[in-house]
Amino acid sequence: MMELRLLLNDRPVVLRAAAGRSTLSWLRETRELTGTKEGCAEGECGACAVLLGEPTADGIAYCAVPACLLPLGELAGRHLVTIEGLNHPDGLGPVQQALVDQGAPQCGFCFPGIVVALTGYFLTCGRPDPVAAVAALDGNICRCTGYASTVRAVENICRELAPHLNATSTRVADLVTARVLPGHLNAAPRALSALAADAGSAPAATLVGGGTDLLVQRPDELAAAEVVFASCRPDLRTITRDLTDLIIGGAVTVSELGRHPDVAACLPDAPEMAARFGSTLVRNRATVAGNLVNASPIADLAILLLAHDAELVLERDGGARRLPLRAFYRGYKDIDLAPGEIVAAVRVRPPAAGTVTNFEKISKRRNLDIASVNGAAVLRVDNDAFAAADLTVGGVAPVPFVAVKTAAFLVGKPVTAKTLHAAADVLDQEIAPIDDVRGSARYKRLAARRILFAHALKTAPNLLSVEAFV
Amino acid sequence: MRTDDLHLHVRGESTYVDDLPSPAGCLVALPVGSPEAHGRITKLDVGGALGGSEVVTVLTAADIPGQNQIGAIIQDEPLLAAEEVHHVGQPVALVLAESLAAARAARKQVVLEIDPLPAVLDPREAAAQGQLLQPARTFAIGDVDAAWESCAVVAEGRVETGAQEHFYLETQSALAVPQEDRTLLVHSSTQGPTAVQKAVSLALDVPMHAVEVDVRRLGGAFGGKEDQATPWACLAALGADHTRRPVRLVLDRADDVVMTGKRHPYSSDFRIGLDGDGKVLAYEVTYYQNAGAAADLSTAILERSLFHSTGSYHVPNVKATAFSCRTNITPNTAFRGFGGPQAMFVIEAALEKGARALGKPLHQVQRANLLNEGDVFPYGMHTEDCKAIRCWEEADAVFGFADLTAAAARHNAAHAGTKKGVAVMPVCFGISFTNTALNQARALVHVYHDGSVNVSTGAVEMGQGVNRKMRSIVAGVFGIDTGRIRLDTTNTGRVANTSPTAASTGSDLNGAAAKLAAEMVCARLLQVAAKKLDADTGELAIAGGIVVRDGAPTELGWDELVQAAYWSRTDLSAHAHFATPDLHFDKTSEKGRPFAYHVYGTAVTEVTVDCLRGTYRVDAVRLVHDLGRSIDLATDRGQIEGGLVQGIGWLTLEESDHDSEGRLRHDTASKYKVPDFDSVPNVMDVRLLEDPNGRAVLGSKAVGEPPFMYGIGAWFALWDALRAAKPDLNAVHTAPLTPERMLLLLAGEED
Ligand SMILES: Cc1cc2nc3c(=O)[nH]c(=O)nc-3n(C[C@H](O)[C@H](O)[C@H](O)COP(=O)(O)OP(=O)(O)OC[C@H]3O[C@@H](n4cnc5c(N)ncnc54)[C@H](O)[C@@H]3O)c2cc1C
Ligand code: FES
Ligand code: FES
Repeated sequence: MMELRLLLNDRPVVLRAAAGRSTLSWLRETRELTGTKEGCAEGECGACAVLLGEPTADGIAYCAVPACLLPLGELAGRHLVTIEGLNHPDGLGPVQQALVDQGAPQCGFCFPGIVVALTGYFLTCGRPDPVAAVAALDGNICRCTGYASTVRAVENICRELAPHLNATSTRVADLVTARVLPGHLNAAPRALSALAADAGSAPAATLVGGGTDLLVQRPDELAAAEVVFASCRPDLRTITRDLTDLIIGGAVTVSELGRHPDVAACLPDAPEMAARFGSTLVRNRATVAGNLVNASPIADLAILLLAHDAELVLERDGGARRLPLRAFYRGYKDIDLAPGEIVAAVRVRPPAAGTVTNFEKISKRRNLDIASVNGAAVLRVDNDAFAAADLTVGGVAPVPFVAVKTAAFLVGKPVTAKTLHAAADVLDQEIAPIDDVRGSARYKRLAARRILFAHALKTAPNLLSVEAFV
Repeated sequence: MRTDDLHLHVRGESTYVDDLPSPAGCLVALPVGSPEAHGRITKLDVGGALGGSEVVTVLTAADIPGQNQIGAIIQDEPLLAAEEVHHVGQPVALVLAESLAAARAARKQVVLEIDPLPAVLDPREAAAQGQLLQPARTFAIGDVDAAWESCAVVAEGRVETGAQEHFYLETQSALAVPQEDRTLLVHSSTQGPTAVQKAVSLALDVPMHAVEVDVRRLGGAFGGKEDQATPWACLAALGADHTRRPVRLVLDRADDVVMTGKRHPYSSDFRIGLDGDGKVLAYEVTYYQNAGAAADLSTAILERSLFHSTGSYHVPNVKATAFSCRTNITPNTAFRGFGGPQAMFVIEAALEKGARALGKPLHQVQRANLLNEGDVFPYGMHTEDCKAIRCWEEADAVFGFADLTAAAARHNAAHAGTKKGVAVMPVCFGISFTNTALNQARALVHVYHDGSVNVSTGAVEMGQGVNRKMRSIVAGVFGIDTGRIRLDTTNTGRVANTSPTAASTGSDLNGAAAKLAAEMVCARLLQVAAKKLDADTGELAIAGGIVVRDGAPTELGWDELVQAAYWSRTDLSAHAHFATPDLHFDKTSEKGRPFAYHVYGTAVTEVTVDCLRGTYRVDAVRLVHDLGRSIDLATDRGQIEGGLVQGIGWLTLEESDHDSEGRLRHDTASKYKVPDFDSVPNVMDVRLLEDPNGRAVLGSKAVGEPPFMYGIGAWFALWDALRAAKPDLNAVHTAPLTPERMLLLLAGEED
């Protein structure tokens, strides 16, 4: 149990609750705020989307997150806005009105979440853009409508709002003026700063990053456990550079990673990886360390960082050690992390000039799906031969897999279809996929080959042509 | 003025069952499901589960006071398994606790031991073992056996279509509240309030009048709550009856996916014969329907497969045989199209193979066989007002099938890494319950003396917009604004003996009944008006909220008229009944006129396949749909787009199957993928053929199910693209065509 204070819509709330319990069940069962719906309780549908606001130097920064995967403890000192908190006392805001004008809702169950996720987009976007606004709904499933009417509505809202939205620094006020947000949002920073600070948490507690794995895999356990939140450590939430490395804090979210200019500069394949990772709602919560520690053989970020030969900064009791990420994974869900040790940061060296990086993910559904097979490559070609190669493949081994032999095979070989087919045979020897719900072993072997070819085609488009690989 | 549901939806203010405030003392119910696909229960010990202080009781089959039987068509499904279990997830016990957390903890403590028996998962194997729900049924016309020899080509093949999870966003839910004198109020997320009422009454051994079922709206259903809302409502009712406390039962997604049935997988064999011009002379088909462990609605669904065996085509010699096979998976159930899509997929596959054998483009062969006015279906009905060719021709004229095909061919010649495919998909779907007796409905209209109107019908609002249509119909009769009209809940106390809201007939049947009821009240009002205005009722009407005389407005407004009627002791309420005329079907000869009418349409689908990765996109679906006269255009357009996307999902992404132990492999939302914003066609161009239909209310046509089958075009367009990459491909027509299967086919690793 933990005592926490938060701002819920337009009023301060003090509660004693299990910090690991999901915000969704609290909203629906205890607060009877039933506009936030449960469609899956595992981050897959967006019916439960809420806005989470965190105080910043100049106001509150909001983003849309799935309430089903949001541990209550994360609400301490934050502003939680549900669909009820977005409603005007009567009438509709322009987002709601545009949806109604298109006759978009059918059964209606998904629409509170869609309204919240769209509002989340307008709170964070630059200039409203229909394509980006629809992309921000990548975590919202609607089973009734086929989406077309919502897309039409989104196009209309973007057109309508564009003239009213200035810099993101005045965004809340602009959106209040445009009636997208009700007036109480303007008063939220003051109301939030009036909340008393929360007590610290117990030492022997489960560390929660975003909770997107923990709340799916062990919800009952987490509700009963003592938990601490990585987000309470501001030093874990930064992305910085030193002379050699890019340093990504362990509590940085995948969203933050995906849009950070330094990341895009140092790891050109990271934005593509981030765009294919979960959904906007999930990315707004999921952390870098959570992805690495969870040790899924298919973890997108692990696959990317392993290809870049990243290094972990592990911390315990004030002491720290460094460990190559490639040494971190010892076996299925077996990692080199001592009890109480945390992933404070990941250090990555930007690839040398002339290097091509590529991230590939083959999944049944393009968005919001776990890969059947994914892979990353860091390749350099000199004089029509592979000069350097780093390759990783996910979904083909008990751990996120570094294809050391295939990479070694490539180095020094001419960039030809023949080389690549031979390399694919080496890869086939190296990996050991199993049949599971993400695909048959046969399929994963084939997909891994094709991913290798895709890397090569991107690296040396002038030396290779796709005919040789299909 | 009352706004409609859409306003409530976008404000998060519409209530679904789980949003109803908990009545005092409300308990949470959680079903305990079988972990085995088939076996004998050797031990069921609930003692350990009763330990928790918040656990009230755990009920088993022995606690059911009435009959432990919920089978609607065939009595073969217990509410709680007593001696044997027949599928994974079959309910065997019900935990009742003060909180969900306590119920979840208690469920883990129930000891259930099962002596496994062999599980049959494959419908053909079940048929071979004689595990049939009913003897095979055959629809036949002409003489197939005699026709083969006059065919220029004969093609044979096998077709597999997969299951489809409904994935209604609102999971199955019920709230049962005990009332005085052992009566119950049951809030249920059901398409069939009367089905729930009857099943509860039988389980509790009380008369139907002791059970009131109330339905505000459903958060999606698609057939999945036609029969399969019943067990959960019955279990909640059982708990409420037993404890005399309110009981809430809401399946979480994981339980819902495992414990409820899906669209039936079919395995089928076909043989098709064509003449040299591409005319189909003979078609023989056998369907093996995987019904699952109990009948549910399977036999009715099988019947509709037979009705739609020839799709949109006229075939003179047909023999279609269908087996409903009992297996050890969760009983499968209704899903948009109700067996029609499975059969239509087979005839399209047969035509594809036949066209290939003949060396003609598929769309030419399709066009050559389209239904014409007066053509006879294998079940003896003739087409009336047939729009098959008209929809096709209009679609061809606007979208240019030849141009689209040529553009794809040009792309394919120039690109090795990607291939485009095009397919045309004509749809013909019969409207009516094929069980003739179900084609009846009732409505109750009250005009209150302040002029506001309350309408109750047997139709359940589940997103299909039936309430909007009802308002519009009643407003049209009364000549007042829709804002004066409220659609009340669907309640067995107000409208009795309802048919389920299904078969796309909800607004046809209930709209007709509501129209009749409103007309009865309106006639009485006009009599009052005639007296007041000293006019003849024949001169009077109401329009724009005012009584008009020979088209000219009078002083008499709606409110004043209603007041006057009330004070002159006029009945301002009416109940009306509607039964679709001219329907009959004889199951001995398998001939008759089972449908009021047919809905037609033609879609053309374009796709692009990434030949390196096996992934793909649906670029565009353009279609002409036969809508009749629309009662609500936005609603109808939404049904068309939504149905189409669901159909595409069924044939592409949506994969749901079992391991060799009969456990569902795609058993959570993270494993079962439905279309999202990104996976829908980039272009959806919906054109409407608006031509009043003489056989439904206000000239409209039912729109719920037919568009689903446009989705079949996506499969054939993908197949077309695949064949552009692999011209010699000769694989089984298997759906869904997932990216996995696509890549394996492209690489020649699968047949
Ligand atoms: C709907 C959905 C979609 C998803 N899609 C993808 C996807 O596309 N690709 C993908 O790779 N993953 C995906 N995931 C998995 C998951 O979101 C990621 O693995 C995510 O990065 C986990 O981060 P988290 O912060 O939420 O982890 P948490 O759940 O908070 O924690 C996971 C584990 O890491 C530990 N941990 C957290 N932070 C630290 C730290 N700083 N130091 C040490 N230990 C720590 C926790 O104790 C726990 O054991 C998806 C998950 C969901 C629910
Ligand atoms: S309930 Fe589905 S994402 Fe939270
Ligand atoms: S409107 Fe029903 S799920 Fe979106």
